[in-house]
Amino acid sequence: MEDIDLEEEDNLNIAVLSGKGGTGKTTISTNLALALGAKYIDCDVEEPNGFLFLKPNIVNTEEVMVEYPVIDEDKCTDCGVCVDVCQFNALASAGNGILLFEKLCHGCGACEIVCKYGALGYGKREVGRIEKGMGHGINCSRGILNIGEPMAVPVIRSILRNLDDGLNIIDCPPGTSCNVVTSLRYADGAILVTEPTKFGLHDLERAVELVDMFSIPFGVIINKDDGRENIVKSYCKDRQIEIIGTVPYSDSIALAYSKGEMLYATQDNRALFDHLAMGLGEVLEWT
Amino acid sequence: MKIAISATGQTVDSMLDKRFGRCQYFVIQDTETGEVETVENKGLTSEGGAGIAASQQLIDEGVEVIITGNLGPNAFELIEKSGIKAYKCHEMVIRDVLEKYGSGELLEIEESGPAHHGGH
Ligand code: SF4
Ligand code: SF4
Repeated sequence: MEDIDLEEEDNLNIAVLSGKGGTGKTTISTNLALALGAKYIDCDVEEPNGFLFLKPNIVNTEEVMVEYPVIDEDKCTDCGVCVDVCQFNALASAGNGILLFEKLCHGCGACEIVCKYGALGYGKREVGRIEKGMGHGINCSRGILNIGEPMAVPVIRSILRNLDDGLNIIDCPPGTSCNVVTSLRYADGAILVTEPTKFGLHDLERAVELVDMFSIPFGVIINKDDGRENIVKSYCKDRQIEIIGTVPYSDSIALAYSKGEMLYATQDNRALFDHLAMGLGEVLEWT
Repeated sequence: MKIAISATGQTVDSMLDKRFGRCQYFVIQDTETGEVETVENKGLTSEGGAGIAASQQLIDEGVEVIITGNLGPNAFELIEKSGIKAYKCHEMVIRDVLEKYGSGELLEIEESGPAHHGGH
């Protein structure tokens, strides 16, 4: 495992993951970003909800565009070669013209290459947006996938490709899908958020498998911790995975969450997240 | 005329499969000769757009009638444009499905069912 050297990198990107949704990934990402004075980046583009807590004033919105093929019907001979070459079934031949299913198109460009009649060109369409603003004194940005669009990767890439210098906390999509893999490509370190239950452990194991492929340093934060020796703690011990810290189960945290409040804004919880921030520095060894 | 039915098995004694894009086989009967052939659904092995792959396959087979449970929006659009007629039927033995079609008991599918997005 490589340690992170802040001196050599302009930015340090920490991905926050969880094996499934609803483990407190967003609560931990947003509050940790505040504790660290880091930038918060929400790339859970299908359900970005960090802004519900950070409530930034949005000062900048950019569209995310993807390319898709446009067929010139006057030139098209209906030969069907483009249909055969498309791996994603985005093109079909109804026998009386070519049909494009733009949402399935991955923009690979193969159809244009094989068309001998110059009938295929490209157009652009919007699949999502990126919003930026300041909230609770930190820079916040999020990607949003337009409703009905099946492919999140272009939006995730577009937000992560242009990260600013400094420390970036990246709130990743839940699960271990290719959206998460895309996010991890840009990460220098990772935090795996889990709960001390059987399901939590199962999801953690899958997340660990995934992060292991990237050889980046990572640690675990246990949310809703019971303060005991639980299955997640013993798993981490067995696998020599470091625990960055824990967030106890508490009614006041649940209440603040339900009201859309930042935990870091309250005295008790501020200490909790300052502590986690220190733990993170130690585990990822950037101090 | 060729009739294709989404199926769980390879003969007229197997059951109709209500899933169009993700069924295992299509049992195709030629109504002129009475001959039956079975093809493996190409949609099964496709990464995305299973319904489109399956429709394209049946268009290429020269099918004129499709009998299945539901059609997703993409498959519906493609099938409609190609002029193929699609009919709805629930799970039953293919032999009976053909009989029901023959006696005009099946209803045409006039709108698409819910979309199935393949996981990424
Ligand atoms: S390859 Fe070109 S000419 Fe052939 S069907 Fe596709 S667009 Fe038309
Ligand atoms: S660009 Fe690639 S994915 Fe899109 S329609 Fe053409 S061949 Fe298919």
